[in-house]
Amino acid sequence: MKQAATNSAALQGAGHDKSGSLSANIAKFRELGLLLFIVILSVGVQLRNPSFLTWENISDIATNTAILSILAVGMMLVIITRGIDLSIGATLALSGMVSALTVSQYPDLHPLLAVGVGVGVGLVCGVVIGFLVSWINILPIIATLGMMNVFRGLTFETSGGKWVSAHQMPESFKAIATGSVFGINNLILIAIAIYIVAYYFVSHTRTGRRVYAIGSNPESAEISGIRTGRILWLVYSIMGGLSGLAGVLWVSKFASAQGDTASGYELSVIAACVLGGVSIAGGVGKLSGVILGAVLLGILNNALPMINVSPFWQNFIQGSIILIAVLVNALVKRGIDRNNLMRRKI
Amino acid sequence: MAEAEYVLELRGITKIFPGVKALDDVYFKLKPGEIHALMGENGAGKSTFIKVITGVHAPEEGDMFLNGRKVSFKHPTDAQKAGIAAIYQHVTNYPDLSVTENIFMGHEKIQKGTRRIRWKEMHEEAGRLLKELGAGFSPKTLMGALSVAEQQIVEIAKALSVNAKIIIMDEPTAALTKNESEELYRITERLRDNGASIIFISHRFEDMYRLASKVTVFRDSKYIGTWDVDEISNPDLIVAMVGREISQLFPKTEAKIGEELLRLEGLGKTGYFADVSFSLRRGEILGLTGLVGAGRTEVCETLFGVSKHDKGTIVFKGQELKVKSPKEAMKVGIGYLPEDRQKQGLVLQWGIGRNITLPALKRFSNKGMLNNRKELDLAKQLAEKVGVKAKSVFTLASALSGGNQQKVVFAKLLTGDLDVLILDEPTKGVDVGAKSAIYEMISDLANAGYGIIMVSSEMPEIIGMCDRVAVMREGRITAILDREGLTQEAILAASMDDSAPATDGKRGAGA
Repeated sequence: MKQAATNSAALQGAGHDKSGSLSANIAKFRELGLLLFIVILSVGVQLRNPSFLTWENISDIATNTAILSILAVGMMLVIITRGIDLSIGATLALSGMVSALTVSQYPDLHPLLAVGVGVGVGLVCGVVIGFLVSWINILPIIATLGMMNVFRGLTFETSGGKWVSAHQMPESFKAIATGSVFGINNLILIAIAIYIVAYYFVSHTRTGRRVYAIGSNPESAEISGIRTGRILWLVYSIMGGLSGLAGVLWVSKFASAQGDTASGYELSVIAACVLGGVSIAGGVGKLSGVILGAVLLGILNNALPMINVSPFWQNFIQGSIILIAVLVNALVKRGIDRNNLMRRKI
Repeated sequence: MAEAEYVLELRGITKIFPGVKALDDVYFKLKPGEIHALMGENGAGKSTFIKVITGVHAPEEGDMFLNGRKVSFKHPTDAQKAGIAAIYQHVTNYPDLSVTENIFMGHEKIQKGTRRIRWKEMHEEAGRLLKELGAGFSPKTLMGALSVAEQQIVEIAKALSVNAKIIIMDEPTAALTKNESEELYRITERLRDNGASIIFISHRFEDMYRLASKVTVFRDSKYIGTWDVDEISNPDLIVAMVGREISQLFPKTEAKIGEELLRLEGLGKTGYFADVSFSLRRGEILGLTGLVGAGRTEVCETLFGVSKHDKGTIVFKGQELKVKSPKEAMKVGIGYLPEDRQKQGLVLQWGIGRNITLPALKRFSNKGMLNNRKELDLAKQLAEKVGVKAKSVFTLASALSGGNQQKVVFAKLLTGDLDVLILDEPTKGVDVGAKSAIYEMISDLANAGYGIIMVSSEMPEIIGMCDRVAVMREGRITAILDREGLTQEAILAASMDDSAPATDGKRGAGA
């Protein structure tokens, strides 16, 4: 993280030699803080309700967080490029609806094909948005706001305004999200797989590093010959594909596809990213942070009802925690900047 | 293939941007193993020229030859593959990424087959390059944590990592101290000795004499000529760059110097500047110069209430001044012409008139309602006074040339009842004709009794316009020069020399 390294340099002064290890330590500060907060929260809830830290409940939280965390990976990439994607809730609904309609029509379809249909629909949605953003140069917030409504409209249109409910879906389809391997729910396994692939992508491939470069300094990226348009397109396509996958998982998990599925869910995903330290200004964001952000939101969703907090207060508390996290981050950064100035001797 | 006489040759290059000819029939030849200086005033087209060479801009006309073979670059990667690397004026780095990544961006080392990035190898290679360049920081450091000089070294390491045969440096010394510049000279010479050809762009004659064997001059987007460095005298070179005798450009008239308006006593702001003392009197033009990053803008912003100082005092008209915001500063009588007129000085999508009256809207409003007629009258009057060339006051500010935009910003200042004007780089990016008009305006303002602080990096205008000049280096005032002692050499010495005598502020301030 930028501020961390600046700070290390501040402490080290002229001798930068040891800054590697020190900056690495402070860079973890944010994730450690988040982790600490999660632990304290869990212990606190556990004291009020002993059934919180049971195997079933933890597995429950993980299952419920899986979809959020899958989407947060894509959103992280989008935000790192200085963009935003408001359409993912609608993309999720559309691809979930299309795959649900498909399996209700062809009950013998292999579940993997159903997943393929959903991912395909999501991918197309993402490609369209990527085209608007990278080629037509429409601001991401406008492009995705527009397409959000388009996709939502399409969802109602394809379903004729009706739901696809549990009895219309074959068991094999519902098993996608409810089944498990070695006692671990499929959703969790899928999320883990996606995080492994994403980690490899962002840290060990050229394209992954270029995503960061574009967000860190777009003009420079252009000058050094990075084809920024293509990378933006790719990023929105990945986001679309993940939304499509999430759509299938969502419909399979809740065994119902509706016109207003996941309405407003994009905001939770953005919140998870922001909590996890992804900078809306672009260029900064880590998978470890994002996953903690998603887990924190998941825990809040699960724990607050368990300790009898009213649903109205739950929203209030979630919002406050996001604001506090951002505030603390800003304060820490300001302090480090000041230290940095003190270092400059005049 | 026999080695061509020139590694790089450009013939008749013309580049047109909407509304301006940025390059007009330009020529350039670069020999192998040569350091070739490219000089010219701001806006002469040097930066555009570089972007043509590096494939960022495609020229409308003209041909480019590499080792005698005709090439045309469609994309920056084409130039990179051909062995051309550029170190740009505004360091073009990725502050959020590590030094290693900055060095290898665009040509990362990857595993064949899996295309996985070979981090270990890259870190090692980066470490080796940095060591070679004498840098003491780790390749894993974040770019944003480095100083400008250190970032410059990373940029050079980047050029080395692609084995560039042609390296272009666009004002690399602009923000460096003397020692750092010296270090850069050594590195540049070593690059040349290793067989690279270097195009070195600079405003500093010192750089050119120290390094280059040839010099090419551009002026107003045109090619003026190429000379051997030891063949052309300094005055001739200046004439080539400026295209006129320097003195005629500056209509400086002796204004009547009146009472003291402003005095700074030991002003300091942690991390930006320290111990800044000078005074300003009515009718006086005080130059504030020094290299980029010396703290000039920060001092001015403090005077104007944009940021706060934490040491020393400001005395304005005999009373201690404590302004907390630009609004308060304007109220007491201090006006500020920002450095970036497009971002800070104008609302580009508004007409000239509305821009001019923006700071004075209170005068035309009656219980919140604006009196449009009065507003328009004043706008017209002021636009005329500063000589804005436009069809009407309704012309959009974005449609004006740089010089005319600057005049509008001046007119804006004149709406207020001010005593002190702070002008931050008032002629930056303005063409020669408009420059002269702006100088005339500044002279008139001084005659009218304003006290003027002119911040500028351009030596000729500082020498031509100012009654006294305060030179800053690394946050401190290193010299205050009177008009008699005002030479380019004296200013350069004070702005760069590490051993310059400690501030002589008291003598200067009292003079």
